Amino acid sequence: MTDTSLGAGAPSHVAPAGSPPPVNAARKLTTVYVYEAPVRLWHWVNALSILVLCVTGYLIGSPLPTLSGEASAHYMMGTIRFLHFSAGYIFAIGFIGRALWALVGNQYARELFTFPFWKASFWRGLLVEVKWYAFLKPRPLKFVGHNPLAQVFMFWVMVVGGLFMIGTGFALYSEGEGLGSWQDRLFGWIIPALGGSMNVHTFHHLGMWVFIVFVIIHVYSVIREDIMSRQSMVSAITNGYRTFRDDDPE
Amino acid sequence: MLSMISLDYDDTLMASAGHQAEAILDEVMTKYKGNYILAVEGNPPLNEDGMYCIIGGKPFVDQLKKVAKDAKAIISWGSCASYGCVQAARPNPTRATPVHEVIFDKPIIKVPGCPPIAEVMTGVITYMLTFDRIPELDRQGRPKMFYSQRIHDKCYRRPHFDAGQYVEKFDDEGARKGYCLYKMGCKGPTTYNACSTVRWNDGVSFPIQAGHGCIGCSEDGFWDKGSWYARLADINGKGFGVEANADQIGLAAAGVVGGAVALHAAVSALKRAQHKGDAK
Repeated sequence: MTDTSLGAGAPSHVAPAGSPPPVNAARKLTTVYVYEAPVRLWHWVNALSILVLCVTGYLIGSPLPTLSGEASAHYMMGTIRFLHFSAGYIFAIGFIGRALWALVGNQYARELFTFPFWKASFWRGLLVEVKWYAFLKPRPLKFVGHNPLAQVFMFWVMVVGGLFMIGTGFALYSEGEGLGSWQDRLFGWIIPALGGSMNVHTFHHLGMWVFIVFVIIHVYSVIREDIMSRQSMVSAITNGYRTFRDDDPE
Repeated sequence: MLSMISLDYDDTLMASAGHQAEAILDEVMTKYKGNYILAVEGNPPLNEDGMYCIIGGKPFVDQLKKVAKDAKAIISWGSCASYGCVQAARPNPTRATPVHEVIFDKPIIKVPGCPPIAEVMTGVITYMLTFDRIPELDRQGRPKMFYSQRIHDKCYRRPHFDAGQYVEKFDDEGARKGYCLYKMGCKGPTTYNACSTVRWNDGVSFPIQAGHGCIGCSEDGFWDKGSWYARLADINGKGFGVEANADQIGLAAAGVVGGAVALHAAVSALKRAQHKGDAK
């Protein structure tokens, strides 16, 4: 990683474990342990499950070309659907596990599930980040956790969108499992609520595209932030430590 | 069937007409008060105070409300009474309204289908006569015994779906071999009905057996959910002049965002190069 921004070259040190660092302004701290092991594990499992879900989901909507020979010799759509359902279960169980970790993990583990609507500093930070992305500001703020712009996307796509996909996904799955199955009892009401099975299919399919667009923005902004912002990104979700490039207070 | 029930009022089957016919309705209401079954075909249009459908000089909606008041239970025969069907399709000029959105205080059994299967209709009535109670209903008010599974779950072509063998276009090799009609827009996977088991005309056949996909005629609003020959429904909101399926919308969005990202990356790189020059 090369760094050409101002104030480079300050020696980095590891913050003593257990001392809670300030939330937004990382004063005099060059390295903070942000993403604990379960969060990192969830991130990568979740990423893989989303990849499998998008590919198989697309192929369920638009199946591969017809296979020749006897039907008994193939199980193509069956396998694709099996992969989709398995990845769906992993996504859903991962979501529950991640939500539980938010209760016991560090303060950054809770960020994903919060949208600090009433916090003025959040909106101020959001404005700065928007300006930074619009090239109106030469330097962004420092953030130990997510920057406010990232948090908006994380909350509305990953949490709200994820819940929507889990809900509609299990509702559609309940159609095969049948009336009275636990999927039907928990999620079956979604089908008439959204105007029938066909509508739920369509909304679930649109949800896939929301996730694809999210992944494009996510991967791009992570790489960009990793190069241009004042804190590390890719290594933070790999080894958990977020390093800062300068010790400037603001 | 007709020997088991007293079908007192039915505009297509009864012998009497005019005032005599309407008199029967009043007679039923007093003689069997609270103990008759009202089976409704069609649905009341509500626009212009219900003037789009007049029976015996009065709007259908008034007659429906009047007779429903003392009925034991109501059966909504067919997709019209159950969901609105073709006359309620967009833009629904007469504001045709299904029975359950007009009558709120009676148990309503929906028997959707355009038309509903005769065996299913008689099955529902027979159940009510035999056990003197309404059959078990699902969330949408349909009898579970006929509507708890999709056409797809019981379809004899299902093995071809799981195998990945589809009719790619009508009259191709796959069509002749009886492959799955999923790619031809078959609505079997989203339609709840008994066609694939009971079939039609004394069990002779049903649409998929005849080589055409299910059009989903027993589903709510099946006229307005895109082509009968496409699996991915068109999305067309009110006042939103684009008709495209989820993939077309999604791909356009991904293309726009992808382009914006590429542009943003290019500007970022230029800015950075500029900045680098400053620092030196």
